[in-house]
Amino acid sequence: MLEFIQHLVNGLSVGSIYALIALGYTMVFGILQLINFAHGDVYMLGAFIGMYCARYFRLADNPSLGALLIAILFAMVGCAAVGYLIERLAYRPLRKSPRINVLITAVGVSLFLEFSGQLLFGSDPKFFPQIYRPSGDWSIGELRINPLQVIAFGISITLMTILQYIIFKTRLGRAMRAVSFNHDYASLMGIPTNQVISCTFMLGSALAGAAGVLVGLTYPKIEPLMGVMPGLKAFVAAVLGGIGNVTGAVVGAITLGLAEEMLVGYWAPTYRDALAFAILILILLFKPTGLFGSKRTEKV
Amino acid sequence: MTKTPSTHPKGQSGLRTLWVWLAPLAVILILNQFIGDQMDPYFYTILMYAGINIILAVSLNLVNGFTGQFSMGHAGFMSVGGYLAAFITTHVVSANPEIMNNPVQGNLLLFGTLLLGGTGAAIAGYIVGLPSLRLKGDYLAIVTLGFGEIIRVIILNVDAIGGARGMPNIPSLTSFGWVYSLVIVTTFAVWRLVNSAHGRAFLSVREDEIAAESMGVNTTKTKVRAFVIGAFFAGVAGGLFAHYLRYLNPATFDFNRSFEIIIMVVLGGMGSVTGSIVAAVLLTVLKEALRPLQELTRLDFRMVIYSLMLIILMLTKPNGLFGTREISDFLPEGLRKKITGSNKPKEGAA
Repeated sequence: MLEFIQHLVNGLSVGSIYALIALGYTMVFGILQLINFAHGDVYMLGAFIGMYCARYFRLADNPSLGALLIAILFAMVGCAAVGYLIERLAYRPLRKSPRINVLITAVGVSLFLEFSGQLLFGSDPKFFPQIYRPSGDWSIGELRINPLQVIAFGISITLMTILQYIIFKTRLGRAMRAVSFNHDYASLMGIPTNQVISCTFMLGSALAGAAGVLVGLTYPKIEPLMGVMPGLKAFVAAVLGGIGNVTGAVVGAITLGLAEEMLVGYWAPTYRDALAFAILILILLFKPTGLFGSKRTEKV
Repeated sequence: MTKTPSTHPKGQSGLRTLWVWLAPLAVILILNQFIGDQMDPYFYTILMYAGINIILAVSLNLVNGFTGQFSMGHAGFMSVGGYLAAFITTHVVSANPEIMNNPVQGNLLLFGTLLLGGTGAAIAGYIVGLPSLRLKGDYLAIVTLGFGEIIRVIILNVDAIGGARGMPNIPSLTSFGWVYSLVIVTTFAVWRLVNSAHGRAFLSVREDEIAAESMGVNTTKTKVRAFVIGAFFAGVAGGLFAHYLRYLNPATFDFNRSFEIIIMVVLGGMGSVTGSIVAAVLLTVLKEALRPLQELTRLDFRMVIYSLMLIILMLTKPNGLFGTREISDFLPEGLRKKITGSNKPKEGAA
């Protein structure tokens, strides 16, 4: 039982990271019907921006929650800028191109970020500075919980709540929903679609950047290819929840995180990375719209 | 999609142009007597890799170019074919070592295992393709990417084929003749296929899926068919690769390998067999040409250059070098008629 709860805690912690990344996928897909392959690499950049920011401001000298929040803030702003640039330079010129061209560009951007990251940062893993060190483990009975996991979980939940607020309660959010419903009608209603799309990319990328710092904090080893697997898994999570659906992405991500942790804990640890794709294939076979997705009929 | 001769896209060509394919095959089999280990081994290696890459690029073009889907797991199918073929030959040869001294038996063995490897890859292609190709959209890209990873994880965990240590001591059976005859066979198969009534179905799926469906094309079946054929040839290429290098390692078939093949197809032009061949040769040579630079700077520029190339291609010249044109479109009319049996250049050709 104790072991089970331990896996549950780990699963939630991993799942909340996947959720932050999956939100970016699902928002971009909802608005452009594009799988932004580079999203996982934006998350990687977030971790590196956090690391360099921590080094520059010597945040590890007085570790505190404030230091962590500063690193997260810088990573979010930096990643939002990267997201904006990617959209502006690579995707916007192709708005009217066939989808396969956009997809190929996305793959190209992703690989470009990964391998120029290897040139810039070096391909060996780097240690993420300890910018926040809560004292000891928190234990309830015999259950030991790493407080970092709890903090990371709390911050992700907070960010997701803010996102929910932006999407459903603000003018920007309403514009985003309108654009994802129909580009042409939205622009006829006076919505600046290009700006709204840029904002969507920036929001999604900022969340991925925050995820990068949180992962660096909990699993302090970062490297330029660290975004590939979480990126793909977050995409699977978004599909599991119903791609284009914000709540679905969070639920899908938590489910995936828990499922992975249980697989590793009880059955076949070496197959961790294969599970997500097995889930993806099963979902595509039996419920391609995902848990929360609605079926879109295609008009000619 | 009737199959009456009058609507056959290339008109009355039939098999009358078979000589165009048989002649180079004969030349290759003759050359095979002179090209082998005795020549400069570095040059020979590049030659063999170029051939294997041509097979991979042409077969991927059938899926990514002609059918308009986007597979990112070609290296995965290559590894299925490679491991399967190598596993069989290694066991057969260790049971009957005298096979290696008998060229006829050796070549028969290679032929059989290449077929089996290709079939294995095709079956894997069917399993992967069926769920993801039923859907519209870009799911195939992610699923094939994931499939490549799954295959790699499985190979890493199966001890019978060496796991992470890799699979050594594969009998050396691949020769120049084998690689380039199969280049001809693959090119012939893909060329004839896309210029047949079935091939028109592939093209129609690429151009407009809804229109194709309303014309009675079973789009899922068509996509799966293209995918399975592509996987088959990738498996064959994997078998050739295994029996040339004589050592397989799961890391050889990672995503970067798939990506190399994709960029060959995109650079050459999605929908041009000629383009795939040219780009495969070009990039195989480029990879070697960049090697000194890489050793000098100790940095791996190759993937950065490839990925930038891909982005810039898509932004400025999305059709690649050849677009959908083929070499026959550049030939003078008389010759073109002899070779393709059709006297009209393809639409859109210069």
